[in-house]
Amino acid sequence: METRYLPYILILPVTLFLCLFFLYPFVLVAQQAFWTDSGWSMQNFRDVTGHWKFPISLKNTLYLAAIVVPVQLVLALLMATMVRNMKKGRDLVLYVWTIPLGISDLAAGIIWLAIFEQSGFLNSMLSGLGVVDKPINLLTYQNPGIVFIAIALAEIWRATAIMLVILVAGIGLIPKEYYEAAEVFGASPWKRFTRITLPLLRPSLSTALVIRVILAFEVFAVVQAIGGTLFPVLMSETFNYQFELLNSGAAAAVALIILAISIAFTVLILRLLRVPKGATI
Amino acid sequence: MAEIEIRNVAKRFGDYQALHDINLTVADQEFMVLLGASGCGKTTLLRIIAGLETATEGEVWIGGKRVDHLAPKDRGIAMVFQNYAVFPHLTVFENIGFGLRMQKLPNDEVKQRVERTATLMHIEQLLKRYSGELSGGQRQRVAVARALAMEPDVILMDEPLSNLDALLRMEMRAELKGVLAESKTTAIYVTHDQVEAMSMADRISVMHQGKIVQAASPIEVYRNPSAVFVAGFIGNPPMNFLSATPAGDGKWQVAGNVIDGPHAKGPLQFAIRPEDMSPSESGLTATAKVVEPLGAHLLVTCEVDGKIFRAVLDSDLTVKTGDVLTLAPQADRVRWFNPETTLAVA
Repeated sequence: METRYLPYILILPVTLFLCLFFLYPFVLVAQQAFWTDSGWSMQNFRDVTGHWKFPISLKNTLYLAAIVVPVQLVLALLMATMVRNMKKGRDLVLYVWTIPLGISDLAAGIIWLAIFEQSGFLNSMLSGLGVVDKPINLLTYQNPGIVFIAIALAEIWRATAIMLVILVAGIGLIPKEYYEAAEVFGASPWKRFTRITLPLLRPSLSTALVIRVILAFEVFAVVQAIGGTLFPVLMSETFNYQFELLNSGAAAAVALIILAISIAFTVLILRLLRVPKGATI
Repeated sequence: MAEIEIRNVAKRFGDYQALHDINLTVADQEFMVLLGASGCGKTTLLRIIAGLETATEGEVWIGGKRVDHLAPKDRGIAMVFQNYAVFPHLTVFENIGFGLRMQKLPNDEVKQRVERTATLMHIEQLLKRYSGELSGGQRQRVAVARALAMEPDVILMDEPLSNLDALLRMEMRAELKGVLAESKTTAIYVTHDQVEAMSMADRISVMHQGKIVQAASPIEVYRNPSAVFVAGFIGNPPMNFLSATPAGDGKWQVAGNVIDGPHAKGPLQFAIRPEDMSPSESGLTATAKVVEPLGAHLLVTCEVDGKIFRAVLDSDLTVKTGDVLTLAPQADRVRWFNPETTLAVA
């Protein structure tokens, strides 16, 4: 067999798998989104974007991502830097920090619901300390801020470790000599972080951010568990169209809108964090 | 003015004693080479001077100021690393100017100093490149330029040429020596390569098992090694050793010959460099085992008194394997060592 065909033959199985289970369903979804009784049209998109809940759910999704992702980025960087400088117990700390990764997002949402609901841990603690007379219902439409904070906290708790593991691996790749050289040439610890760690971490940062931003636009189970209908997001709209309103065309249209936003942000992140040719480690 | 003084420096890593009571003075503008095999503590000593490692005991003084409690940047030093540590995400210009930027010097001055050192190191045409686009030799030049641009009192170099190929290493050796002499900086240079040490140093400190065995000029270290270790480590091929038994009144019996030596109690070790012998009518009887014509001279590995013995002879001589030679040692080049203390005996 000619060796130049070998690579293509080797990737054939996975290509077939991807076509069958990803590309084909994707085409079906796209077809559903653009197909109405009267033939090909943008009607589904006009319907879903014209609905009064669409701007709210879009705004909620973007706000949540805008708060959660930067906080997670900072936390993950801080944690990765701390772990890097640890001599003993590094693995143990990493295992503990990544425990939330092993919990499903719905379970994570329920854990945080158990903290914030009327008979939850937070209320028990507050009344036990005498801060409040009787348990108060925090997660209501009168307290949109608290609902938002509860969801954001749950998301931060649940998914920071995804970024952490990528950044820990990335930081581990930066040779120690660069830090020593920077130290000898007068860079303070902060300067070493901003002038050495951050720029050399660009490939890992972009991977971590892309994954995390995509997940942020797909946020659903945590929001559903804590906020329910109080806090509509794009993904919950997809769910409602599909299973409550039984309108799969509209559901497919929202799903494609989420995809478009994800692709736009991915391209933006990859551009911003691009490493010039010849400037890699 | 930057004299370096190391006073009673010791370093332990857990149970492992990396450095034992090191005392060393490097004069202003001197080029000092720390020479030794890997694991002898030379890099640890350099890192203690740089401030990248803390001594367990002892003091480091630079330019009359005690610096062992200071951060590296406050010691007036610059360093060239073994793997260059040229920052991959910065251009050559920004690499050379890194230290100057950290000192918050005005743009004009950074530009001027970067361009001047880049010209000095012949890399002025590379200023816009990234390190990934440079060859090993060019990266090496950037690392040296970055250190020189700081105009430091002391420049510390950790095996800076070890990653270059042989030809480039020879070229850089001479160039580096010239540039450093020009810059009037005190330099400490770590290497395991004795040729590098011999050719570049004003003074060599030979290190072994965490101690400085001898600190002297290259020719002194070569001619008058203070210990068996130095004699065997410096010189390629290494010095020859034969056991000597006393024959009374400063005379010593060496492989069936009687040779004048020191008035000392025996037994001793007789030592001679391979090039300090010539074929003669009387002398050591040597059976040639391997003959290697090296062009400039002839390297003959022979057997004397059952021991391996090397001689560097005139390339005009014809020697064949199995020939029996009579080699006369040059009297003023013979050295004697005490086999128990391993130190030289005068």
